[in-house]
Amino acid sequence: MNKRLFVKGNEAVCIGAIAAGCRYYFGYPITPQNEIPEYMSRELPGLGGTFLQAESEVAAINMVLGASAAGVRVMTSSSGPGISLKAEGLSYMAGSELPAVIVNIMRCGPGLGGIDASQADYFQAVKGGGHGGYHLIVLAPDSIQELYDLSMVAFDLADQYRVPAMILGDAMIGQMKEALIPHPYQPLAELPAKDWSVTGKGNRVQGNTVKSLFLQDGALEAHNWRLHDRYQQLKDREVRCETIGIDDAELILTAFGGAARIAKTAVSMARQAGLKVGLIRPITLFPFPEQVFRQATERCRRVLCVELNNGQMVEDVRLSVDRQADVRFYGRPGGTGSLPTPEELFEQLQKHYKD
Amino acid sequence: MADSMITVFERPHSLKPVPSHFCSGCHHGTVHRLVAEALDQLELQQQTIGIASVGCSVLLYEYFDIDVVEAPHGRAPAVATGVKRVHPDSIVFTYQGDGDLAAIGTAEIIHAANRGEHLTVIFVNNTTYGMTGGQMAPTSLGGQVTTTTPYGRDLETDGNPIRMAELLALLDGTHFSARVSVDAPRRVAQAGKVIHKAFEMQKNRAGFAFVEVLAACPTNWGLSALDANERISQEMMPCFPLGTFKDLSGAQG
Amino acid sequence: MDNNKMNEDVFMAGFGGQGILLVGNLLAYAAIEAGKNASFFPAYGPEKRGGAAMCSVIVADQEIGSPVVGRPSNVLLLNQDAMAKYYPRVRPGGLCLYNSSLIDASGHQRSDICSLAIPANQIATEVGNVKLANMVMLGALLARNPLVQLESVKQALDIIIPERNKRFIPANLQALDRGFSFATA
Repeated sequence: MNKRLFVKGNEAVCIGAIAAGCRYYFGYPITPQNEIPEYMSRELPGLGGTFLQAESEVAAINMVLGASAAGVRVMTSSSGPGISLKAEGLSYMAGSELPAVIVNIMRCGPGLGGIDASQADYFQAVKGGGHGGYHLIVLAPDSIQELYDLSMVAFDLADQYRVPAMILGDAMIGQMKEALIPHPYQPLAELPAKDWSVTGKGNRVQGNTVKSLFLQDGALEAHNWRLHDRYQQLKDREVRCETIGIDDAELILTAFGGAARIAKTAVSMARQAGLKVGLIRPITLFPFPEQVFRQATERCRRVLCVELNNGQMVEDVRLSVDRQADVRFYGRPGGTGSLPTPEELFEQLQKHYKD
Repeated sequence: MADSMITVFERPHSLKPVPSHFCSGCHHGTVHRLVAEALDQLELQQQTIGIASVGCSVLLYEYFDIDVVEAPHGRAPAVATGVKRVHPDSIVFTYQGDGDLAAIGTAEIIHAANRGEHLTVIFVNNTTYGMTGGQMAPTSLGGQVTTTTPYGRDLETDGNPIRMAELLALLDGTHFSARVSVDAPRRVAQAGKVIHKAFEMQKNRAGFAFVEVLAACPTNWGLSALDANERISQEMMPCFPLGTFKDLSGAQG
Repeated sequence: MDNNKMNEDVFMAGFGGQGILLVGNLLAYAAIEAGKNASFFPAYGPEKRGGAAMCSVIVADQEIGSPVVGRPSNVLLLNQDAMAKYYPRVRPGGLCLYNSSLIDASGHQRSDICSLAIPANQIATEVGNVKLANMVMLGALLARNPLVQLESVKQALDIIIPERNKRFIPANLQALDRGFSFATA
């Protein structure tokens, strides 16, 4: 077993990225994710890689676009306001089928908001964020270990499906420290060669073109159906979800990322108090674990969705259960002192368990 | 006597044998050709990666027989930075219009130049947004009537025509900055030499090279091709003087 | 849940510059080196110095759930503001050590917890530097609740203290010892 490291979440995601072969990082400072560019600026030069602090998040995501088009694993990171600026580039990357990993360590919003833990960017991450109707693969780790593991998974999925992947974290898991076992990188699958990348035409008969403009009759529609099929494949094959005690549950709590950590303790308190409470923790937010919710609510008819916002994932939970369960919501929408405690969530569980 | 004929003029190999979509009298075709000739002469076609920008020039990949990445509006220098950092031995150029480079992409071009990225930038200045239908560009002249300055560009409220070649020459990262024109045969020839030099510098790893090309947009100017050429020398050149504003090529080893 | 298994939480608060985060970090790292699971969750204001600083540390044998603690069982309070805000939140039956050099506890009395006054600034000054008050407090906590061995914490210091401050390690060790023996006495 590898020696356990004791690192911040923001560092764990970098260690995972580097283990997965990422040697290019382009970014711009914003709290609470600054440990990511700082770590990459320390480590990448010695590995023969490139760290570049861009003039803006807009420029950074376009450098990512260029590096990805050039055929390498590349990463950027930011927080809500910066992700808004990157939305344009993300849309182009989705349209151009360019893989990359984008880390969003969320802060509270809207606007400048605050730097405390929040999950205010669920919609932005899962429903597109930019224009034109596309999806990112969205992964929501809830521990330092999972930040490391999913960082590697994100690169693999992005390369396999040619869809940009976002790691959606919050200030809690970004800033906290825990033990991390740095397992060696093992690719999820045999990954396709990047024969579409630009390298200079060389001996190829035709030049490669990386683009998102399709002007000929029917070309754009065909392209969009192809992307749609890709998203459907992700839904069919790549859903990840953790469940605890849902087989006999009378009430299912659902939460992702940092909120799920707090929820786990609340669920354990409820079980000790004799309440049959289970947990569904979506790990992939896109693809969303629709079937897990559907199946679990065939028996258990009540779900409490807990988020660090005013209710975003709860919409996907409701769509998934399709009226066969009563889906309720409890959230704290961010700001200093707004992080719920396990005791607070336990109270909510007691309340929703009864009526 | 067919066997004694020699080729005195041919299509550059870096261009595909296809008709272009450009309007009659448009200078994009001329500038494309000059870029392709430079790539041919320097034997760079196989290792060149072009970055297409948004506007009339977006269809770069329909005409150039090279690898191309399409960039979002204004972001070509950032995309080029990403590509070049991955493939430092390749030749990377951006081809951008005035709205793309001098308005929405001002930050990207200034910082790519300031970092001294080893790129060649071809900047086509025709004082208007061509593809969107002739709106005001940052390079539109004082008094110029466009679809968004129907009473003429008012320098008091609409700002002044921006001189990118001079502006970028001020940056320490810029190694070469020049303005040329393609309105007349002798100036086309001169423009070809300057563009050649800007690619040669990159081949020699000499740093950021910028060439602004004054070009016509007869369609949106509402002029014939000949009158449009006339406008370049009569109206544009007084505001956008031709010349080399910075040249550190001699300083390189 | 196996009741013999350890699951301890520590909450500490003061102002930025008192070394709250350093001590939390140190405790969690020492626990991990000792083979336990630990989480360190910091919270602080946007300013680098002078704002409120606090952190939660959980040390456990099993997987750690919430790194956030509503009613902490072990609490270190280093200034008056922290006392006013967090003393009432100590879990009944819990332990609260407060820095009596900076805290007037006369308005804060609870009979359902164990409160202990540690003149941390005074002891730290005797050791040679008032900035060592954080180590005095941690030493005192470990005397009352050995959630990690004092020796493990001492070993962890070498990793946690930044390179530029390595020369202060002997003083830190001494401050830990002084706090430990004060609370043992």
